[in-house]
Amino acid sequence: MAKRTLPILKQLLHQRSPSLSPLSRSVTYMPRPGDGAPRTVTLIPGDGIGPLVTGAVEQVMDAMHAPIYFEKFDVHGDMKSFPTEVVESIKKNKVCLKGGLNTPMGGGVSSLNVQLRKELDLYASLVNCFNLPGLPTRHENVDIVVIRENTEGEYAGLEHEVVPGVVESLKVITKFCSERIAKYAFEYAYLNNRKTVTAVHKANIMKLADGLFLESCREIASKYPSIKYNEIIVDNCCMQLVSKPEQFDVMVTPNLYGNLVANTAAGIAGGTGVMPGGNVGADHAVFEQGASAGNVGKQKIVDQRTANPVALLLSSAMMLRHLQFPSFADRLETAVKRVISEGKTRTKDLGGKSTTQEVVDAVIANLE
Amino acid sequence: MASQIARRLLRRRVTNEIFMTTTRSPSMGLFSSFDRNYSSCSSNLIRATLFPGDGIGPEIAESVKKVFSAADVPIEWEEHFVGTEVDPRTQSFVTWESLESVRRNKVGLKGPMATPIGKGHRSLNLTLRKELNLYANVRPCYSLPGYKTRYDDVNLVTIRENTEGEYSGLEHQVVRGVVESLKIITRQASLRVAEYAFYYAKTHGRKRVSAVHKANIMQKTDGLFLKCCREVAEKYPEIKYEEVVIDNCCMMLVKNPTLFDVLVMPNLYGDIISDLCAGLIGGLGLTPSLNIGEGGIALAEAVHGSAPDIAGKNLANPTALLLSAVSMLHHLDLTDKADMIQDAVLKTIAEGKYRTGDLGGSATTTEFTKAIIGHL
Repeated sequence: MAKRTLPILKQLLHQRSPSLSPLSRSVTYMPRPGDGAPRTVTLIPGDGIGPLVTGAVEQVMDAMHAPIYFEKFDVHGDMKSFPTEVVESIKKNKVCLKGGLNTPMGGGVSSLNVQLRKELDLYASLVNCFNLPGLPTRHENVDIVVIRENTEGEYAGLEHEVVPGVVESLKVITKFCSERIAKYAFEYAYLNNRKTVTAVHKANIMKLADGLFLESCREIASKYPSIKYNEIIVDNCCMQLVSKPEQFDVMVTPNLYGNLVANTAAGIAGGTGVMPGGNVGADHAVFEQGASAGNVGKQKIVDQRTANPVALLLSSAMMLRHLQFPSFADRLETAVKRVISEGKTRTKDLGGKSTTQEVVDAVIANLE
Repeated sequence: MASQIARRLLRRRVTNEIFMTTTRSPSMGLFSSFDRNYSSCSSNLIRATLFPGDGIGPEIAESVKKVFSAADVPIEWEEHFVGTEVDPRTQSFVTWESLESVRRNKVGLKGPMATPIGKGHRSLNLTLRKELNLYANVRPCYSLPGYKTRYDDVNLVTIRENTEGEYSGLEHQVVRGVVESLKIITRQASLRVAEYAFYYAKTHGRKRVSAVHKANIMQKTDGLFLKCCREVAEKYPEIKYEEVVIDNCCMMLVKNPTLFDVLVMPNLYGDIISDLCAGLIGGLGLTPSLNIGEGGIALAEAVHGSAPDIAGKNLANPTALLLSAVSMLHHLDLTDKADMIQDAVLKTIAEGKYRTGDLGGSATTTEFTKAIIGHL
């Protein structure tokens, strides 16, 4: 009997150890006294699947006893502008967690998402697209961070009808904004031990506009000699993303290309339901689902309650790190990754059949 | 032979009638390349302009000529080469005679051209586009059986508006450090490309047309584009029409390309999406492309580069140019010849015995061409 049980015991021991190692830190994080006081975070559930997934985050934060206190505000996409009380709250708390806001198509109402970013000057939008272990995708070894300029470019919203039947839209690129987004990208790469920064552009056609963007990137690149810098044209970039995504590391782009590249990268790495991201400025940060496609979702998903909460859960882990609660962030991330790699509770967009609540319960059960 | 001509004339008249009765489109004249045959009663050969281009251009053009003559395609090639000095009438290296030839023949095939670096002349592609008023770029993207990429079941067509949009080239510096670039969308150009998109879908048996846009942010410009698409969609009730936001479109394309059929979009999105789709099926070396101009002009081209490093070594892959020529034949209504050549090419690649270097094989251009002729 001992001869039979020995290899089984060995197997069990080997199985347990990899799951324990991420949590055992070799160096302790030493907080300042009083850092454990609960921080207030503005919470905007939003439209569509927004309330479902933000509800998921609330439940998980509760279960972890995280020092976070949510201040909820109701905002819907068809409002004319962001209510001042919400903006005041974000300015006071400095951090916000947000579900998707539906932008009505061609209705003359400018997108509330864009308004919020301009109002709080959240000039960098970040999406981290990476392969989650256990989630099968067509592409391997994907770990791309897309940093996108969030305030100007094609989204300036300056359009006008010249004569009936001819419409002009202005794309504005300024040195100031290009410089600060390039600075953020290189700083991010430096602080997160990333090796390459790639600038995405179309300067062969838009010589002045994207040319200015590239100039700013090159200037900043010369100040970070340890980080490799290269440039790629946006159509070639999309082609390379689809065939050889492992060559990309950090990508910095103007507004519109960033939207496309981020959604393409999210699609190849597992879908927009699992990619975390957020918007950050000099004073404030708003965390939301990384890629913008599908953050409101279809009515069917809302009715069947099968929205994928993983993206927002990983974004809230990023938020916990931003608020300097690293061990809570680690616990949350480990639990989510374990649920994904086990593969038993997955929502429809990942090929499974679970509901949002089932995924949340699985995450809570996996919290250590 | 006379019966062949009579049959083809009859078929053309019938399709002409069907087109006229089902669509009261005012732009009938735009697509009436089929009208040409009524006038040329002396020979049933269609004259087409051929630009072999630079680098590997001449070799792959040779390959196309061989395959076409083996398949008995009734096309007579008129070859034109890019000049060595700037022609003052066109401000570029493309001569006035070449442009006139395309305008006269209404059909052309272009190999890869390398624009020489320098000032004082326009880029070759820009010259062709502006002078021939090539307003739509059509790229059929379908997975090649036998050439494995990560996506196996791609079968879509991207139709991109080619004259305006973000690529108008109207930029200026407002003050130091602030640059503005104008994106122009006009009703006329949007209607034109939408008309072509639905006409293409109808004549090629496609069921769905999707317009790609970002009208939630750029409400007036992409809104105008969408309005034009909707107007044209009403004239084709049998074709399903939908609208997709570009970020959703990108995401869905990389997750599940079978969701799309025909995509029509303005210039910038079209550029990015058509290259993305080319990446899905294996790159620009395998993607056909067709440019449609005013007056029924069609210029098929290979969009890959001229690859000067393998020029003259008989190693080039003629697939892109061959498939572009096939789409040119479809445009000319020579569907049976087009299908025959396309099947031969696909079968040769699927078999795997003769593949050029870029597909992972070791055959030369001539061996590959011979294999295709063998499969006709």
